Amino acid sequence: MSILVGKHTKLIVQGITGGAGSFHAKQMIEYGTRVVGGVTPTRGGETFEGKVPVFDTVNQAVKATGANASVIFVPPPGAADAILEALSAGIELVIAITEGIPVVDMLGVRRVLEAMQAEARASGKPVPRLVGPNCPGVITPDQCKIGIMPGHIHKAGHVGVVSRSGTLTYEAVGQLTALGIGQSTCVGIGGDPVSGMDFVDVLELFQADPDTHGVIMIGEIGGGAEERGAQYIKEKMTKPVAAFIAGTTAPPGKRMGHAGAIISGGKGTASAKIDALVAAGAKVAPTPSDMATTLQSMMS
Amino acid sequence: MGDPPRQGDVYVMREGCSPPGPTLATVRLVKIHEYQGKQIFAKYGVPVPKGYPAFSVAEAETAAKKLATETGSPVVVVKAQIHAGGRGKGGGVKVAKGGASEAKVLAEAILGMQLVTHQTGPEGQKVKRLYIEQGLEMVAEMYLGMVVDRDSRRIAFMASTEGGVEIEKVAEETPEKILTVYVDPIVGLSAFQARELAFGLGLMTYGKETVAKFVRLMSALYEAFTKEDCSLLEVNPLAILKNGDVVALDAKVTFDDNASFRHKAWSDLQDKDEEDPIELEAAQAGLNYVSLDGNVGCLVNGAGLAMATMDIIKHAGRAHGVAPANFLDVGGGATQEQVTKAFSMILKSPKVKAIFVNIFGGIMKCDVIANGVVAAAKELGLKVPLVVRLEGTNVELGRKILSESGLAIQAATTMADGAKKIVDAVTGGAK
Repeated sequence: MSILVGKHTKLIVQGITGGAGSFHAKQMIEYGTRVVGGVTPTRGGETFEGKVPVFDTVNQAVKATGANASVIFVPPPGAADAILEALSAGIELVIAITEGIPVVDMLGVRRVLEAMQAEARASGKPVPRLVGPNCPGVITPDQCKIGIMPGHIHKAGHVGVVSRSGTLTYEAVGQLTALGIGQSTCVGIGGDPVSGMDFVDVLELFQADPDTHGVIMIGEIGGGAEERGAQYIKEKMTKPVAAFIAGTTAPPGKRMGHAGAIISGGKGTASAKIDALVAAGAKVAPTPSDMATTLQSMMS
Repeated sequence: MGDPPRQGDVYVMREGCSPPGPTLATVRLVKIHEYQGKQIFAKYGVPVPKGYPAFSVAEAETAAKKLATETGSPVVVVKAQIHAGGRGKGGGVKVAKGGASEAKVLAEAILGMQLVTHQTGPEGQKVKRLYIEQGLEMVAEMYLGMVVDRDSRRIAFMASTEGGVEIEKVAEETPEKILTVYVDPIVGLSAFQARELAFGLGLMTYGKETVAKFVRLMSALYEAFTKEDCSLLEVNPLAILKNGDVVALDAKVTFDDNASFRHKAWSDLQDKDEEDPIELEAAQAGLNYVSLDGNVGCLVNGAGLAMATMDIIKHAGRAHGVAPANFLDVGGGATQEQVTKAFSMILKSPKVKAIFVNIFGGIMKCDVIANGVVAAAKELGLKVPLVVRLEGTNVELGRKILSESGLAIQAATTMADGAKKIVDAVTGGAK
């Protein structure tokens, strides 16, 4: 039944009174997401759009609404703090949309997250998860949209999508929908060097989800996350995976927009990632226009 | 391990080789000069030699005299200040043993020279600033570097006894000579970790005071790295002096641009002479722009889609000499003015033979893109073929704006279709 988000998701929006937060809160409500509250410190007691209560703290919001997920639109100076506040309040799924969080801040967040996850695993409690930052969010079509992706391009179905790039995720979804192939859940893990869920974390959930029958994985140059994903596919994945790696033609030493996307010293190249994926049994789309057809050829 | 960071370079390293080593997380870079880095070091208590920046030969001579008085020794080092590494090998760092008059002669030679190093490319970089520094006699040179390691999600310290040389060579040939510790961001650098590197480097040879001084230096560097929001910090060489002192003879500091909101001083530290003028113009307009060698101008939203657009143009055009002229991500929240600016930059580039606009609107609305493109084209004139592919938010409105603009626009239905039309446009193939 999809992964991470669905009908059961009760969402709060941190930064709901800000420009991006309020715009996308409305869009999410319109899509059908259960937005049960918002948080903006000092604005507690107000109501958003006449129906969503605003709280001063995430703790208050969780107690009053039973929220189990939070999406963060707080600007970079306060974003890491907002993530920590959500985790501390017991939120199980934190999705950070904010772009431009200092890496030193994210090192601390990641460290706290890992400690909380270890503790939860040891005591058999639900493991808290962070998606992002600098990501489009997570959507289970027709059930729950958390983030900034255009909802109308999606269609409910059985293909999982996981990606480091926002617009390239939309591209893959657009292609799938045009072929009449629906999606179980689409997860944007974001383009920052230090972040929450990795390809492996999401692939594990797709592998375990009976509703997901195949996966499109979209990576890009830089780092080793795609290679780790390939290793997981090789060892554990029984479902077909089609992949695309952006940046085949990117020159070494030049940073391609995303903080993580740079090749240098011969590391993090597209060809190394493609080789690893092919060796793991994934099929790599030759161009970004072939992502959906590549998966289709594996599933039929 | 992977290669250690190269001066003035940023790159991503992978685990898998032995011993395990850090992978460098990169963010947009704010690079500064050695003398600026040393001013930051001094602020945090990292020992550095005395020195003064100089922008003219006269200033260099004055600085040398001043240093001679302050230190009691006539020996100074004249150092070219450019962002690229390998300055010494390129002839940009010279020792003046004979005091101010010799320093003046060296300054005359170095200031204004086109300094070529393994990092500048064959055209080199013009030297416009000098740093005049106290000359110190050292007994050993070490390497000490810090990066954000993206695999362990920790700040990593790397140290080696092979200082003063190209550290990437050491990593390749003798990786066991590079020692690494990873710092827990919650507790910070522990003294034992610094001691591990100190003993690993054999600093006991120079006395236990040297070990203690090295530990204090590492602790000060860690504080500087985190408080100043660095993404890379390198000391090569780190000198051990005759008296056992540990001194940073070089300073390579790169900041994490994401943290610029809490470092107002950074804009003053930036040296615009060191930046690509087009990329600088784009950055000032809030755009991600990278110049490339090809002939197709690209305007795309999102970094991943922008890279993929480059890839598909090259894929379709490889046999015909068609390739992207730039990487340009207008981002998700761009205004119409930014889009106009972006499209103008492409229109003004003489090497562009055709333009591909590829948009999948999410937060970015297609009508904003269409209005920006039309405004720039009307202002500057559209002299090359334009292929536009629009999808996503407000796509109908965007298409309407374009079709009513009267501009000669070829609409593409998919990325592949757009790439094919671009190749045809450049090669004069089938319409």
